[in-house]
Amino acid sequence: MSDTAALANTGLAKFIFGRLTLESLPLHEPILVATFAMVALGGIVLLGALTYFKLWGYLWKEWFTSVDHKKIGIMYMVLGIVMLLRGFADAIMMRAQQAMAFNGSDGFLPAHHYDQVFTAHGVIMIFFVAMPLVTGLMNYIVPLQIGARDVSFPFLNNFSFWMTTGGAILVMMSLFVGEFAKTGWLAYPPLSNIGYSPDVGVDYYIWALQVAGVGTTLSGINLIATIVKMRAPGMTMMKMPIFTWTSLCTNVLIVASFPILTAVLALLSLDRYVGTNFFTNDLGGNPMMYVNLIWIWGHPEVYILILPLFGVFSEVTSTFSGKKLFGYTSMVYATLVITILSYLVWLHHFFTMGSGASVNSFFGITTMIISIPTGAKIFNWLFTMYRGRIRFELPMMWTIAFMLTFVIGGMTGVLLAVPPADFVLHNSLFLIAHFHNVIIGGVVFGIFAAINFWFPKAFGFRLDPFWGKVSFWGWVVGFYFAFMPLYVLGLMGVTRRLRTFDDPSLQIWFIIAAFGAVLIAIGIGAFLVQIAVSIWNREKLRDTTGDPWNARTLEWATSSPPPDYNFAFTPVIHDNDSWWDMKRRGYVRPLEGFKPIHMPKNTGTGVILSVLATAMGFALIWYMWWLAALSFVALVAVAIFHTFNYNRDFHIPVEDVIRTEGDRTKLLAAQAAS
Amino acid sequence: MNITTQTINGTEVPVFYVVDEHDHPAGSSTMLGFWLYLMSDCLIFAMLFATFGVLGGSYAAGPGPKDLFDLKLVALNTAMLLFSSITYGFAMLEMMKGRVKSTQMWLGITGLFGLAFLCIELYEFHHMIHEGAGPWRSAFLSSFFTLVGTHGLHVTFGIIWLVTLMVQVARFGLIEANQRRLMCLSMFWHFLDVVWIGVFTFVYLLGVLR
Amino acid sequence: MSADAHAAHGHGHDDHGHDDGRDHGSMKSYLIGFFLSVVLTAIPFWLVMTNAIENKNWTIAIVVAFAVVQIVVHMVYFLHMNTTSDAGWTMMALIFTIIVVVIALSGSLWVMYHLNVNMMPVHDMRNMP
Repeated sequence: MSDTAALANTGLAKFIFGRLTLESLPLHEPILVATFAMVALGGIVLLGALTYFKLWGYLWKEWFTSVDHKKIGIMYMVLGIVMLLRGFADAIMMRAQQAMAFNGSDGFLPAHHYDQVFTAHGVIMIFFVAMPLVTGLMNYIVPLQIGARDVSFPFLNNFSFWMTTGGAILVMMSLFVGEFAKTGWLAYPPLSNIGYSPDVGVDYYIWALQVAGVGTTLSGINLIATIVKMRAPGMTMMKMPIFTWTSLCTNVLIVASFPILTAVLALLSLDRYVGTNFFTNDLGGNPMMYVNLIWIWGHPEVYILILPLFGVFSEVTSTFSGKKLFGYTSMVYATLVITILSYLVWLHHFFTMGSGASVNSFFGITTMIISIPTGAKIFNWLFTMYRGRIRFELPMMWTIAFMLTFVIGGMTGVLLAVPPADFVLHNSLFLIAHFHNVIIGGVVFGIFAAINFWFPKAFGFRLDPFWGKVSFWGWVVGFYFAFMPLYVLGLMGVTRRLRTFDDPSLQIWFIIAAFGAVLIAIGIGAFLVQIAVSIWNREKLRDTTGDPWNARTLEWATSSPPPDYNFAFTPVIHDNDSWWDMKRRGYVRPLEGFKPIHMPKNTGTGVILSVLATAMGFALIWYMWWLAALSFVALVAVAIFHTFNYNRDFHIPVEDVIRTEGDRTKLLAAQAAS
Repeated sequence: MNITTQTINGTEVPVFYVVDEHDHPAGSSTMLGFWLYLMSDCLIFAMLFATFGVLGGSYAAGPGPKDLFDLKLVALNTAMLLFSSITYGFAMLEMMKGRVKSTQMWLGITGLFGLAFLCIELYEFHHMIHEGAGPWRSAFLSSFFTLVGTHGLHVTFGIIWLVTLMVQVARFGLIEANQRRLMCLSMFWHFLDVVWIGVFTFVYLLGVLR
Repeated sequence: MSADAHAAHGHGHDDHGHDDGRDHGSMKSYLIGFFLSVVLTAIPFWLVMTNAIENKNWTIAIVVAFAVVQIVVHMVYFLHMNTTSDAGWTMMALIFTIIVVVIALSGSLWVMYHLNVNMMPVHDMRNMP
């Protein structure tokens, strides 16, 4: 730290580069140099291949500038999976360090590096893996499920994706230029304030989240408006698919919680940049206010992550049990109750901060109450399966694993909800085991169930079942080996975020946990192999019907993949499980009478605005004020310029519709004949 | 869609798709979408109010509301914003009648009132900083400048948007898209006045009363 | 400026063709809203600036009450809030937002008050609430 002052920029260099110096490149850290070499090599290969196969034009026109919710959904999923690899690399490093650092060994990660690893792991997994995956899923599926052709605001949708990506880019950049925060994923002050974290790490954290946060909030507004306004005729609220219901509640939570994060991070950045006293220890500041406000956001956030997956499990369970979902109405009400109650429990994240018995009791009770509607959901899924004809395809396997794993995690949560118990277990490895239990058991297993379920719809061929099962077992067995020891360690009193240990009797548990991490690595590897093998064998895995699972909701009425316009004719809805209803009652696919279809145009403005926002974030991080001002002005100018374009849609000519539908007719006839 | 069944060859058959479809009206979601954005903005302000509520009494042995606030100036400022609200209302009434010139006139007057509000506020801030009561002086002042300053920033963006819309109305007239945009700005503008009611009450009036 | 109260009343005259129940106000409603707002602003300012009421708590109560009423006036007369626009969704969004705001504001004040009392340095831990 002390030599940065001597090497700081002065004069013109300071004006242009702010506090960015050659020292900011971690040339003396072998792990980072090696990582950079690998990333650079992989990057050159990828960019080289794209150039060689002349794919840039295709990527720009068909994907990057697309306002099609399906393409945007897929891009979100790709982002989430790429960031999963980064976040998991951090996890493997932590497990390795903790398994080694006994008997005087310091491990291989020095403290200032280790602290960045666990901070980045949390930030990436929550904001750049789970959120994009969940958002991508909702983006792809919801318009199809409600019989719409796109979301309410297609341009905003594209912009939201690129802003999320911009945030991810800032986080990734911190690996090679400067450093990341060393504060934990929520960056509590006073540690995150300028006094204790004068370097760029916390600033990377703040601006990455602010840029991504804009995207998330706008996406929330977009999907609420879509579900409210763009449902097909006849689809009343209580006839919506259950996944759409959970998506609606999720997006309500997003719009009603992310502004809180925005405000809190803004206050922290004012403390760091302007010298205000919100969260300082002196001049009237109160760091506890930060903890309070950020968890008012933080608790709804975890429900944002899980509610869409609850919807997935409902769809999967009813499809693969061949039965209507049991208790649709109670499922809807349970979801609404969870949505409201998620605002009444936040203090359970800081029972130990000292609010006293009355406050702690209130929040302890509300926390226990919120487990009840989730319990009701579990029973509804079980009753759906009861007396059904269950098919153990991969989505159903993931769902069963979820039910078992998530319930354990939920129970440890109720245990932690008791304040006196939490006083012993807060910030121990028991807590870490609990939240990984519910996030991996709930969110990750749910994402894999969803991917295996809807992949054939998005791409026209199924995922390879063998490699899917390898991935499944790697993940499930790996999870238990990796996290059950952490419950034990937590009960024995081991604190989170520790880098070295004195008690040799603990080491065996860490070794078992590291073994679990290796199994999970195999699970992730197998998932990537599954995708590669499926693409290689796509003709064998091809589905031409559009409905490979004999499923129940509207998205399965379209071809796989659906045409750009989703539905040639907007469907009319009569009952829940509308596609099942259509199949039962003699729906005949229309072969004529097509019309030109009104669609929004692609645009590059979303990409440009996000690049400018990311540049502004980078500039603010490094104190390059001229660049910050310039990119801000450019941002406003481009946004205003965009509003002068009134010509944003077009009609798909009727010949194209006829041709597309005709192709599908031939495909269905060939499939029926074979 | 009222027709959910049709009769074919004497039997009732459910209708599963819309045959005679009209294009989705452009901008049908816009008003709801913008309202939802305003609700999210409302939450940001609520957090700033919460922060002011918790930290607003922490003067750190520095100047407090009684030392700093000039209620006459605040009353003038409030009047500027309130007048700008009614003039925007007049602009909307003219827009409904399709009269471009008078719409533009009232929009312009609204902008001037908004500008007056901003100038008075900037003068107030400058004066306070000059007296040593900047946002870094205490938690009270940090939360004051942030809450009132964020409101002022919103007014600034509102004025930029207003000017942009005036240019667009001049270029393209009161077409449907422009009317929609003017209605969104209307919601934004009145919402800012609602937030100001909270500000002058809880920050200025109650601050002086404490 | 015509004071014709019915010049542009309601949705019948607009050319949007939407039937979402949206109200666009009239000269009469804007003027009523404006007049009410002026009164509801002037009285609190006057009360505070002249110290007209002895009891500070009464002044506070009146000032806050007037603020709440004026917000409602703005919502009704300027923002044209009603239960039918967008099939009631705008009202539902507003109500949900108000609920969240009330929870976050009152919750924060309650929690922070307790934290401050308990965690203030140099006090007798036996008297924690």
